[in-house]
Amino acid sequence: MSGGTFVGMPAFPEAAHEAVGNTTLRANLRHATHTIRDKRARAVAELDDWAELRAAGRRVKDHTLRHLDRYLVQLEESVVRAGGTVHWAADADEANRIVTDLVKATGESEVVKVKSMATQEIGLNEALEAEGIHAYETDLAELIVQLGRDRPSHILVPAIHRNRGEIRDIFAKEMAGWGRPAPEGLTDTPAELAEAARLHLREKFLRAKVGISGANFMVAETGTLVVVESEGNGRMCLTLPETLISVVGIEKLVPTWRDLEVFLQTLPRSSTAERMNPYTSMWTGTTDSDTADGPSTFHLVLLDNGRTDTLADEVGRQALRCIRCSACLNVCPVYERAGGHAYGSVYPGPIGAILSPQLRGTQSEIDASLPYASSLCGACYEVCPVAIDIPEVLVHLRERVVQGGEATRHGTKVMLKPAKGHAAERAAMRAAGLVFARPGALRAGQRLASRTRRLHPRTLPGPGRAWSATRELPKVPAEPFRDWWQRTQGARSKGKGNDA
Amino acid sequence: MRVALFLTCVNDTLYPDTGRAVVKLLTRLGVEVDFPMAQTCCGQAHYNTGYRHQAEPLARHFSDVFGSDAYDAIVTPSGSCGAMVRELYPRMGERARAEGRGDGLARTLAPVVPKTYELTEFLVDVLGVTDVGAYYPHKVTYHPTCHGLRSLGLGERPTRLLRAVKGLELVELPGAEECCGFGGTFAVKNSDVSAAMGTDKVRHAESTGADVLCAADNSCLMHISGTAARLRTAVRPVHIAEILASTEEEPLS
Repeated sequence: MSGGTFVGMPAFPEAAHEAVGNTTLRANLRHATHTIRDKRARAVAELDDWAELRAAGRRVKDHTLRHLDRYLVQLEESVVRAGGTVHWAADADEANRIVTDLVKATGESEVVKVKSMATQEIGLNEALEAEGIHAYETDLAELIVQLGRDRPSHILVPAIHRNRGEIRDIFAKEMAGWGRPAPEGLTDTPAELAEAARLHLREKFLRAKVGISGANFMVAETGTLVVVESEGNGRMCLTLPETLISVVGIEKLVPTWRDLEVFLQTLPRSSTAERMNPYTSMWTGTTDSDTADGPSTFHLVLLDNGRTDTLADEVGRQALRCIRCSACLNVCPVYERAGGHAYGSVYPGPIGAILSPQLRGTQSEIDASLPYASSLCGACYEVCPVAIDIPEVLVHLRERVVQGGEATRHGTKVMLKPAKGHAAERAAMRAAGLVFARPGALRAGQRLASRTRRLHPRTLPGPGRAWSATRELPKVPAEPFRDWWQRTQGARSKGKGNDA
Repeated sequence: MRVALFLTCVNDTLYPDTGRAVVKLLTRLGVEVDFPMAQTCCGQAHYNTGYRHQAEPLARHFSDVFGSDAYDAIVTPSGSCGAMVRELYPRMGERARAEGRGDGLARTLAPVVPKTYELTEFLVDVLGVTDVGAYYPHKVTYHPTCHGLRSLGLGERPTRLLRAVKGLELVELPGAEECCGFGGTFAVKNSDVSAAMGTDKVRHAESTGADVLCAADNSCLMHISGTAARLRTAVRPVHIAEILASTEEEPLS
């Protein structure tokens, strides 16, 4: 794995091929996802009103998205009133430029970061590095990913694809290059690994003058930002540095403080299967006293980067309800086998399969393949705490890939052409459509198949090869059902088209 | 009661035994069964692969064939094709309306939607039977297919029917609610992942010691069966209709 970017990723099936064949990776993923999915089910079952909470979360998010313009302006006013500065970023480049300039203005060349999907989405660390600014990830799993020059493969547990032995090797080999080295004779026990990370990170926390964060929620009425986490490293990033820069997607908004009551119940139970997460940090603007905790300078960068375009799509916009709990990843049979890297995005799994092709468009090979990275089993929809009908959006995006059609890109309505490589499939679908439109044609085809059944090959050519490589083909029967029906019961039949 | 059998194009072409079993079973229960010969395909493969506009004529055709007042119900031995009609036909109507094409499609599809039942649903909810007088002396494990489980919400209906079958020992399938990996064109487009999922499903079935893996959808069974054959396992995939149709006088061969 190189860098942290996903540019030039192959299509999902090729990317998944490697993961499916990697038995260590599959064992790591299987163990982790099954453990967390069982725990989640128990944590959710404890609440009698889960269905109501789920409906309420959906309602709050839908309402906010419908009036997003109004609430964003309200948020800006609230943040400014609290002493913060608000910046608007239309895309990744603009957001990176704003943050880089803000860090440069402090005269610092090091920043500490609390795990943030938004800054990974825009490739902030790479942009900062290009300007001579070192960004240190402080979330334990993000640290593992950063030290391993790896990419995150899960929303909540970015290093889910690594086991303890691999983590020990990364720490022992790489920590010295980034700061305090790993202790001599480090073993792979969780306590020793955590202690090594703690010592390594503490130096960073105490030295850094600038912190960079994302946020799980922003409250429009008060200008408050919320980070929900397990380790407390995020709180160190939020309270120790003098300058705090938060980069947050515009969809992370809720109108009122009270709305948090829903999500602070559904998010931890859905993500870590906890009744309440260990650390919930909330901050509003700047502190004006030397003795108070928290930054004296606060910047909020509001990130669009495809979100307004997504909002314009009537079926696809529900993806913006996502609260990044990762329950859909943990329950997805495809994610479990393919691993997070195959999705070619900071957002893997079912939610990534509908979010990335909307945020980035469906032009690239990987983005055009993501809507097909699902068997449409529906387990993701069932567990989603904000009821995103992921299968519905997947099918909607498949339509966009194979047929093109209207979409919004950079605020303008465009007519998309069908993606390349679907011509044969389109022809096959059309041919099937023609046959199915004429019962007589279907019957003729069935009879031909029956008559030639002894000549059928054991393997299929073309795309069908993928089937016969791993599965036996079904045998065509001597007589299709409709012929049997007509031969034995035809006289009884009064249905339409019986002369077909 | 007079029902139209919506057999599905897959069953008609590749699994006629399932269709014969449904006819035998429903006739035994006093239901008059008709097979409208003009039926073809519900359009699910088109719809789910992204060819919604090609699926629309097939949905209209379905309505033409099955919309007759002469039928009290439309019964299908397939959870996924049943879900296509019940869940996705209304959605197709809504989308056509949202695209400014009026509510013609919605009106055309409306009569068939509430009348369509998956077989086990029809037996339990409409006929009100759980003991269908079947005899099947085998150790059976049941795989609840995704569309039956999550789109139609079949719940306990299939297992209640199976438990009432004389001689049948029902054993629980580990990871039962996990997808088998078929997913229509998914099986071809993402063959590696699909095969890995299918292999796990077969291994789970094997671990129960059952000699038969039963489900209410031949599409999933086709994938599982093809995988089982390649893995040379002893578990035999059988459609639930064939088990329910089996009697002491005429046992399933």
